[in-house]
Amino acid sequence: MCGGFVLWRRNLDSNSVQPIQFYEKREIIVPRSVKGKFRNFKTSILLLAYAVYFGLPWLPWTRNGQISQAIMFDLIDRRFDIFDVVIYPQNVFWLALLLFIAATFLFFATTLIGRAFCGYFCFQTIWTDLFIWIERVVQGERTARLRLQKQPWHLEKITKIGLTHALWLAFSFWTGMTFVLYFGYAPDLLHRFFLGNAASAAYITVLGLTVSTYVAAGFMREQICAYVCPYGRFQSVMYDASTLAVAYDVRRGEGLTGRTPARGDLKSRDERLKQGHGDCIDCGLCVQVCPAGIDIREGLQYRCISCGLCIDACNSVMGSVGYPQGLIRYDSEANIASTVPVKPHLDWKRLKVVGYLVALIVMTGLLVYDVEHRSDFEVGVRQVRQPLFVYLSDGKIRDRYQIRLQNDTEHDVTYRISAEGLPPGALDLGSMDQVLVHGDRSVIVLANVAMSAAQAEKYTKFSFVVHPVNNPKDRAVQMASFNSEKVRQ
Amino acid sequence: MSQDKKSGQAPQTTGHVWDGDLQEYNNPVPDWWLIAFYISVAAAVGYWLLYPAWPIGGSYTKGFDTITYVNDKGITKTTHWNTRALFMKTTNEAVAAQKPYYTKIANTPFEQIAKDPDLNSFVISAGKALFSDNCAPCHQQGGGGKMGLAPNLTDDDWLYGGHFAQIQQTITNGRHGYMPPFKTVLNDTQMTELADYILSFSKVPVNPASAQAGNALFHSETAACYYCHGADAKGRTVIGSKNLTDNIWLWANVPAAHTVADKENVIKNVITHGLDKGVMPAWKDRLSPDQIKLLAVYEHDLGGGQ
Repeated sequence: MCGGFVLWRRNLDSNSVQPIQFYEKREIIVPRSVKGKFRNFKTSILLLAYAVYFGLPWLPWTRNGQISQAIMFDLIDRRFDIFDVVIYPQNVFWLALLLFIAATFLFFATTLIGRAFCGYFCFQTIWTDLFIWIERVVQGERTARLRLQKQPWHLEKITKIGLTHALWLAFSFWTGMTFVLYFGYAPDLLHRFFLGNAASAAYITVLGLTVSTYVAAGFMREQICAYVCPYGRFQSVMYDASTLAVAYDVRRGEGLTGRTPARGDLKSRDERLKQGHGDCIDCGLCVQVCPAGIDIREGLQYRCISCGLCIDACNSVMGSVGYPQGLIRYDSEANIASTVPVKPHLDWKRLKVVGYLVALIVMTGLLVYDVEHRSDFEVGVRQVRQPLFVYLSDGKIRDRYQIRLQNDTEHDVTYRISAEGLPPGALDLGSMDQVLVHGDRSVIVLANVAMSAAQAEKYTKFSFVVHPVNNPKDRAVQMASFNSEKVRQ
Repeated sequence: MSQDKKSGQAPQTTGHVWDGDLQEYNNPVPDWWLIAFYISVAAAVGYWLLYPAWPIGGSYTKGFDTITYVNDKGITKTTHWNTRALFMKTTNEAVAAQKPYYTKIANTPFEQIAKDPDLNSFVISAGKALFSDNCAPCHQQGGGGKMGLAPNLTDDDWLYGGHFAQIQQTITNGRHGYMPPFKTVLNDTQMTELADYILSFSKVPVNPASAQAGNALFHSETAACYYCHGADAKGRTVIGSKNLTDNIWLWANVPAAHTVADKENVIKNVITHGLDKGVMPAWKDRLSPDQIKLLAVYEHDLGGGQ
């Protein structure tokens, strides 16, 4: 690939020794396929995730009597429609909560069962999985693929490699396209996209996502997890001795004199035990199936995404030679190291786990409550600070407030604004004590509060109360403070 | 010298040797870096072709990309791409977006604008920008005013009146406040008496006898203060004379003076030298009538409108 670029390097002495390699060239991983319960689990998660991701933009939904789609991220009108919930930019608090819940859930799961997210749910894993599947369908099993790699370029190799990349690109494109379809009415947007009159942002996004999907799932693969992704790396700190992780039972596998292939008289388990050999027959299948290219027998390592495929591989081998399964299994570090291992089990009675769980429940409850109980309108009160207060000609002190009133419904609503905790006559809203706000719009109302110096010392805190005229129970109360010279000093 | 871990051989050098044994390693940059470098070089060439780039004598290469905009004379022009034209274009778009609101404001009486929540919201946001650009240098951001320079627009004290039409008039044609100097007319004692009279309105503990004498002097033909400030000393909006009976000050910084004598002195200073600095420029040549009308509502909203 870089033949042309070598010319630009200063290769002064062709006889000189090789330069120091600070960069270790990546060995391309060609995983073997495997059957088993973890493979089945991974496949079902993959199918479910793709069904949701690629299907959702096409799920029609009637909204305000208009045909729309179930998930619609409407950037122009600045609203996200998720089924019947409308989310406005000011609901960004929910996003913060959601991210907090996601993070806590990740911590919770990782503490219990290790990097389960990485192995089964992460989009990098899922897309890489699919790309490897495409590779296998077109080019054949691991051995065939390895052979093809070594062969010189000929028609068959060009056809197979070309078809693989064409399929990768097509799938990458559809991935990017689907993402964009969430931001507009899918049938219409898709039509306009190919006619060339969609927004330029659509083309840029599709191009960016096509390229990044193609590169990340086709070429970068496990390098993303090892070098790019921060989550994979910081999940290490959530592991402890009782976390269930994909583990090789060293004691059983190595025995006293190490692993050895099952040849000759070493085929029988009794004979192996007698000679001190462990159950590992060193078939190397667990290494061949690993999409991260590691040898799990070297112990827990940062590259392991905990996908369980080596468990499937080992179990199938153990089954075929008639040894008990579970040489590689989900188990805790403590149990593997123990001289009297027990059955692997979830050890959740730990302060950390319970703490994460409580945080998770509280935050999820808060989010659900907040979404359920959100008002149909929003009020924000901001004190005018330039100037903070002003003396009137009769010696009174006046503070001013800007009240921003947002109507979150689709129809016009009249609101009544009043104040609590103020002496009578102090609040002056002009003619805006009742204000009409059109559907999905907001207005700014100025409120003047004037008090004598004596009152200003007494009424430093009060609140604005806003409610729809026809629904006095739906009150929004906003605290405000009254500032005067006394407060400023 | 370090050894290559894998090959166990000495690293490649450029062949340069200084001081007998000081050599330079040859560590070429990675290929991906070089590729990215050449891509950016190619992108730069693309940029030169599309956009203004190279100076040639007094001119420059214009690039093939064009932009169409309407200039300030209303003529549609197509020219080579440049940020100034882009600015004009986006400004025109913004102005067009504001147009319906301005049209509505032009056709709506003041009182109706103040009662319409949507128009009023537009006044608050658009007025803030107009005020900040044009009025804030003197009246300060937020309209709080500055002692000795420009009146506070957020209180309820108005030199020239705080009704919508009066504010509109003030902005359109500007104002020029004048008070003659009295140093040749009044002696120091008389000025102290006048200052005490004025301060007595604001409940400052002055000598009552002196204030009484000031009252007489105020209404006498000697000083004739009442000509401009009115018999009740509340000022006259027609000529912009200050209301002297409230505790709001503009030219004499009474609040900052702590002793009674200091307060007297700042007032006496104004009486001695008079005032010829209450100048507000006329804005009719700089702002459109619609903008002035919007600003009048905005300033009325600032809290002091009548």
